Amino acid sequence: MSSVTDSKKLERRPGLWSRSIVRSSEIRILAVALILSAYFEVVNHDFLLTGASLQNLSQFIAPVAIIAFGEIMLMIGGEIDLSAGMVFAFAPFIMHFAHEAGVPAWIALLLGVLAAGIVGLVNGAVTVYLRIPSFVTTLGTLFFVNGFTLTISRGTPVPPPEGDTFPAIMGAWGYSEIIWAISIAVVMHVLLRHTRWGLHTIASGANSLGASEAGIHVKRLKLGNFIIAALLAGFTGILEAFRISSIDPQAGGNQIMFLAVAAAVIGGTPLAGGSGTIIGGLIGAAVLGILNDGFTLIGINAFTFNMILGAAILAAMIFNIHVVRLARKGDL
Amino acid sequence: MADVPDALRGEDIVKRFGAVTALDGVSLTLKQGEILGVLGDNGAGKSTLIKILTGFHQQTSGRLFVGGEETMLRSVDHARALGIECVYQDLALANSLSIYHNMFLNREIIHRGPFRLLNNRAMRSRAAECLEEIGVHVPSVDLPVEQLSGGQRQAIAVARAVNSKAKILLLDEPLAAMGAREAGLIIDLILRLKEKGGLSIVMIMHNYAQTLDIADRVMLMQRGRVTYQRDAASTSVAELMDIVRREYRAMRTSGR
Repeated sequence: MSSVTDSKKLERRPGLWSRSIVRSSEIRILAVALILSAYFEVVNHDFLLTGASLQNLSQFIAPVAIIAFGEIMLMIGGEIDLSAGMVFAFAPFIMHFAHEAGVPAWIALLLGVLAAGIVGLVNGAVTVYLRIPSFVTTLGTLFFVNGFTLTISRGTPVPPPEGDTFPAIMGAWGYSEIIWAISIAVVMHVLLRHTRWGLHTIASGANSLGASEAGIHVKRLKLGNFIIAALLAGFTGILEAFRISSIDPQAGGNQIMFLAVAAAVIGGTPLAGGSGTIIGGLIGAAVLGILNDGFTLIGINAFTFNMILGAAILAAMIFNIHVVRLARKGDL
Repeated sequence: MADVPDALRGEDIVKRFGAVTALDGVSLTLKQGEILGVLGDNGAGKSTLIKILTGFHQQTSGRLFVGGEETMLRSVDHARALGIECVYQDLALANSLSIYHNMFLNREIIHRGPFRLLNNRAMRSRAAECLEEIGVHVPSVDLPVEQLSGGQRQAIAVARAVNSKAKILLLDEPLAAMGAREAGLIIDLILRLKEKGGLSIVMIMHNYAQTLDIADRVMLMQRGRVTYQRDAASTSVAELMDIVRREYRAMRTSGR
């Protein structure tokens, strides 16, 4: 019986080995995170094993990670949301004004997140239906939302809603942010790997025309992922507002958005789309946090940190593209 | 009298895109269980015809009958629900996804329950069964399709269409850009599927000899029209070439 086989060719390729390399971008980046932690722990004994620095680290990681999860969903589809950092600053103000108007704190919070979602809806609709590249769409909303936030706040910080348990749950307690980040990571991981939504997002990123020929509603998926990204960015802004107990119109901004994109890239999600990993994004954020905290404790200043961050992003990207490509071809 | 209705019948199908007439009154018949080869140059309207039969485009005018019933194919999903499956030239495979995810793309098996999670285990074993059944061998259905050869990828795309209980299979240039050996394997696969029964196949083709080898009937399309239809047994490559050559001459002399 004849059959469509190419077993000879495949046997020559180290299929299993290359597969484990390709599939284990999470494990690779986890190894990097562990090595960095060990290094900083040796150099500076206060790095991990004191409560204060661990808490500090977790508070750096959490917001970057949560925003990164949204960016990862978009990047898989070949899109990006540059406005995330501005939505981050915008959502808490909506919460504040709603609360001022007499709405209970938790409903005000939901309204803030909802307002962020509307920005995401606009980002998605303009990108998908008016066929504007998302880089341009979200560059526009970046400035617009920033200006809008500065206008409604008159450039002045305000306090978040007060209370005991509610602010504590929503970011004020030291570890609440990282618990949120990990919980959201689990939900997003399941969404990406174990639902049709996630599978179709990957398929449309890998082959957009093919996915639509298979009957997948590519536009609807993209629109949804823009909304998810904005919801997460807005929610993160609210968590941070409760943590520092101040709603600052200058909070977040492009710095946190680019850190989130960096976390996604370092974690193994290529900007070109077609694949991505939520867990990788979480560990990528951890690597950034470890680098930041570690070098701060050693006493390296912020300027130098940016150089190291830049080098880390480049190294991660070069490694991901070339080593993985070679592994896939079987040349390694 | 027709006791068995034709698998597919089109009457006078016209498709215009703005000022361009892609199909100018095409009529075709696909009998139960046969393989119809559609030949023609680029721009003859073959792809447009396929896209109407898959519900991707809708005809401007003309009637379509699926299994004897008049139908307007509203969408890809609608055509699929009627058992019409297409393997496009780009294969519609997602390279980074596994073979089994690709085989169940957009008709995934999901666990019962409120979260509608993917049932990967069921998809994996069913994909392996399906490939086994039609004689397509791969090392593992877990492999991402980017690690497969062109022929294997084509076979996966065909297997996917068949796996969905297709009654009518549309193949858009299944042998394009394929070496002789790989093409032979795909031809074997198509003939095996035909022998299994229950499947009627429309193939868009470029190569006349291959078409006459596989198809029961051939149909030649030129500039949005069907200019020739014959049983494969009662025609020859020379005859087909002759018609095409005459058409070229006519075009040149008329200056079109």
